[in-house]
Amino acid sequence: MAGDSHPSYGKIYIWLLVLFVISVAGPEIAEIAGMEGASRVILVLTTAFGIALVKAYMVLAYFMHLKFEKIYAPYILLACTSLLFVFFFGTATDVMKPEGHNWNKDFDESAVKTEAVERVERAKKIFAGELDPHAEDDHGDHDH
Amino acid sequence: MGHQIIATGRSRTGIPTGRLAVWWVIGSEIVIFGGLIATYLFNRFLHGDSFSVDAGATNTFIGAINTFWLLTSSYFVVLAHSASERRDVAATRKWIWLTILLGGFFMGFKAYEWTHEIHGGFVLIGAGNFWSFYYTATGLHGFHVLCGMVIMAIIAEKDIKNGRNWHRVENIGLYWHFVDIVWIFLFPLMYIAK
Repeated sequence: MAGDSHPSYGKIYIWLLVLFVISVAGPEIAEIAGMEGASRVILVLTTAFGIALVKAYMVLAYFMHLKFEKIYAPYILLACTSLLFVFFFGTATDVMKPEGHNWNKDFDESAVKTEAVERVERAKKIFAGELDPHAEDDHGDHDH
Repeated sequence: MGHQIIATGRSRTGIPTGRLAVWWVIGSEIVIFGGLIATYLFNRFLHGDSFSVDAGATNTFIGAINTFWLLTSSYFVVLAHSASERRDVAATRKWIWLTILLGGFFMGFKAYEWTHEIHGGFVLIGAGNFWSFYYTATGLHGFHVLCGMVIMAIIAEKDIKNGRNWHRVENIGLYWHFVDIVWIFLFPLMYIAK
């Protein structure tokens, strides 16, 4: 590893902070601007997840010195990551189907969303001090 | 007396055995965290509406602050590695302990966040799919942070203080950076993508 030119750690750190700010600002801007549909998805995916990939690369390449490491180390990481993709895409074709030979997606998606909305609204009331979490109420821990 | 590294001389890869072992640990962690994230993504795609509602209740500010602690701690641990290459005991210990301190900040904010959320009704078990993933992923990650802190403290006080086993600073640094990378992905998944 010795002898390779290496950018200063301080510069890499500053870059990571800049990218971090962009990754938080992008989705916030989408929210504040009230963006909907494809433009929102593209902005959030690019700033949040695209930049996460760049940050991960920078940490791997420069802080973990993978760029200057013997080739076996990237091989190990690539092999494990490839396996992960095989698991993901190998099962995704079935998992993402709404029904299969031996199973059905027999729950009501809108009911699940309603439950989530009630849960979050209840939490907001608790955080605002409008509701005692220990008191029994209609939105308690009962089954829906 | 430090441990004699007998196996290093036998490495065919040209990578010292301890560091090679850490790369393998990281490889296995990729599958562990990757598998968890992949399962989260399946659920997110299948139940996007309800997941978005629940994800909207996570505290982005605390998530962002915690990202800052970990990014900065990654910088500190790389400075510890740099100091260890110079065989500078004082500087290496200083940067390791500062890394541990930031790990402590991370765990403190995480503890506050969990307590707040559980108090709000997002209980550990039974608050829905999103929260199950949230607590499992951030809990497993937090456990890794804690382990890293303990190992770093041992290295600083048992090895570096006595001027031995310098290579361990780089090895724990690699692990710590990986824990940072995991958070780099957990943060947008759990906090940003609402």
